[in-house]
Amino acid sequence: MSGHESSYEPTNAFTRWLDSRLPIIRFAQDHAMNFPTPKNLNYWWTFGGILAVCLVVQIVTGVILAMHYSPGVDTAFASVERIMRDVPYGWLLRYIHSNGASMFFLAVYIHMFRGLYYGSYKAPREVLWVLGCVIYLLMMATAFLGYMLPWGQMSYHGSNVITGLFGAIPIIGDTIHTWIMGGPSIGNQTLQRFFSLHYLLPFMIAAVVVLHVWALHVPGNNNPTGVEVQDVEKETVPFHPYYTVKDAFAIVLFFMMFAVFVFYAPNVLGHADNYVQANPLVTPSHIVPEWYFLPFYAILRAITFDVGPIPAKLLGVIFMFAAIAVLFLLPWMDTSKVKSMRYRPVARQFFFGFVATCLLLGWCGASNPDDGVFGTPGKKLVVSYTDAGGAEITSEYDGGGEAYLDAKKFVESLPAGTNASISAVAKPTFQFRHLSLILTFAYFGYFILLFFVGLTESSKAVPESIHKSVLKRSKPSTATAIPAE
Amino acid sequence: MTDHTANEHDAVDEDRRNFIHIATGAAAFGGTAMFAWVAVDQWNPAADTKAASAMDVDISKIPACGEIRVLIGGKPFFIRHRTATEISEAEAVNISTLRDPQSDDDRLRPKPDGSLNRSILITSGSCTHLGCVPLGPCQGNTGDFGGWYCPCHGSHYDTSGRIRKGPAPRNLPVPDYRYLSDTVVNISL
Ligand code: HEM
Ligand code: FES
Repeated sequence: MSGHESSYEPTNAFTRWLDSRLPIIRFAQDHAMNFPTPKNLNYWWTFGGILAVCLVVQIVTGVILAMHYSPGVDTAFASVERIMRDVPYGWLLRYIHSNGASMFFLAVYIHMFRGLYYGSYKAPREVLWVLGCVIYLLMMATAFLGYMLPWGQMSYHGSNVITGLFGAIPIIGDTIHTWIMGGPSIGNQTLQRFFSLHYLLPFMIAAVVVLHVWALHVPGNNNPTGVEVQDVEKETVPFHPYYTVKDAFAIVLFFMMFAVFVFYAPNVLGHADNYVQANPLVTPSHIVPEWYFLPFYAILRAITFDVGPIPAKLLGVIFMFAAIAVLFLLPWMDTSKVKSMRYRPVARQFFFGFVATCLLLGWCGASNPDDGVFGTPGKKLVVSYTDAGGAEITSEYDGGGEAYLDAKKFVESLPAGTNASISAVAKPTFQFRHLSLILTFAYFGYFILLFFVGLTESSKAVPESIHKSVLKRSKPSTATAIPAE
Repeated sequence: MTDHTANEHDAVDEDRRNFIHIATGAAAFGGTAMFAWVAVDQWNPAADTKAASAMDVDISKIPACGEIRVLIGGKPFFIRHRTATEISEAEAVNISTLRDPQSDDDRLRPKPDGSLNRSILITSGSCTHLGCVPLGPCQGNTGDFGGWYCPCHGSHYDTSGRIRKGPAPRNLPVPDYRYLSDTVVNISL
């Protein structure tokens, strides 16, 4: 916490000399070693450390890949294949980088849901939360730009779709679209500027991470109770060694999972189409973004109707960006003073509903919007004819072969001149487009609900302090003389 | 900082702590070391780069007293078609007077039948001083000894590619090459 006294004592002449000129050792001690950290943090709190390591991994492997990669429509694809086949350990570096992006997003999503559950976005951590959202936004931009670089079919057509979003903006859309692409279409110039930015943005992320940690070290960590630290002596432990070791242990476990992807399933999270070189004349039949964008993609596609003067295309884009923008506003939308969902039984249910909504949106994003959610139903036969009065009449037959015979019999029974015809029509069903729409409303509904639930809910008793809550939780097992931590 | 005194920590399980420290430390150091190996090795020449370090060259179309230059793996090589005069000049030199003593025959590689093709001389094209590419017959300057002249700091090479005057320490190196036939040589780095 900002209030905590610096406990650093320079031990020799050199560190004393340095301390009065550049107190960098003091800074490191106060912020990385001795920083008072609530003693009750659980493993959900290790994802911050995991994320920091993910960023380092992406930067290190990325800088190395850039030594071998060659941006340019004629060279990019071949240079990535050369990385895979010819560069010593190139396959490993590329697989770490491409799977690393997925691991990074996995970690950031867990980290964000952690914040949502324990109310870490509430006062006094609003700025911390907003900076986190900025990082998330930059990560999405970086990953999108990076995905273009291998210049495969998905790279090309994916960036075509995403840059096309800007074309939906009224009046200036086309101008912006052309400006981003640097021409009438995605071409060499686009690839080169995207490479430049893909190199730049991670360093901007690193800079925002510094601000993020700064904003963390002013109020200090939140904790599973959501009750602020009242007694630094009793309720906190120094970051090192307690949390350096806990974080390191979690990082190692996370990397084991990461390694399973890199070594055993390096392409499961990708798309085979991206190993086909970009062909601007043919879009792959099933085009979807990387998994970490799927929920937003589902929201984009969920809107298929115009509202007043706003065309569906624009509305979809608005909703998609709003889905991210709403995260920035969350600190001011949740009206409850109680932070942790542990003590908010009603809001807690909504939270789990929200997690499910996000996962299901991801499923919708990965599916063809016209497919049925519960399998694709069969077709039914429709006989249409004109009756004596000239009116169009249809009658439907459902079932197997006998339905066809029935329909046929019926057609034959009609008098001549009725123009009867039989056609097979898909039965109406609950499609992914419908589910996406419902889930889109559920997604935004969560934030609105937080506003109202906070005004009316009655929360469970919040512990008086971190210390009390810890004692209470351990009591049943260690009811004797030694109060465990 | 907070002083965690004995009574709170009586129950510390040292084995468990040690396990976590050792397991985590081993994974961190092992992982870093393994990655460091990768990060260092990837600077080495890639397989396709290595594969590009040999070349078949047709030597039948070089005019006498002419030269062709080829790049192999980005490095220059000279293939010189020497005249009878140039050959005899190269052979006439008293080896003991040379900075880098080598006979003309030492600088040739035999054909498949074991004989030497004295009219074709193959050497590296980078000056042994600091790596400039010397001028030759096609650039109109063969230096004082009829071979090559390096414009950078004035090294003169003779018609066997041996250093005769100037700062270069050694003769133009003869690369690995072999005659695949009377007219084709395979040169590798
Ligand atoms: C925030 C961190 C980063 C993320 C999330 C990220 C993400 C990505 C993604 C998704 C790809 C496409 C992977 C594929 O399918 O091949 C990619 C490729 C690439 N990235 Fe990054 N990246 C990051 C940082 C960097 C950095 C710092 C550099 C270096 C300057 C870099 C250089 C490259 C290069 C050269 C490629 C193309 C080679 C390839 O496709 O494997 N990246 N990146
Ligand atoms: S490099 Fe040839 S003389 Fe110096």
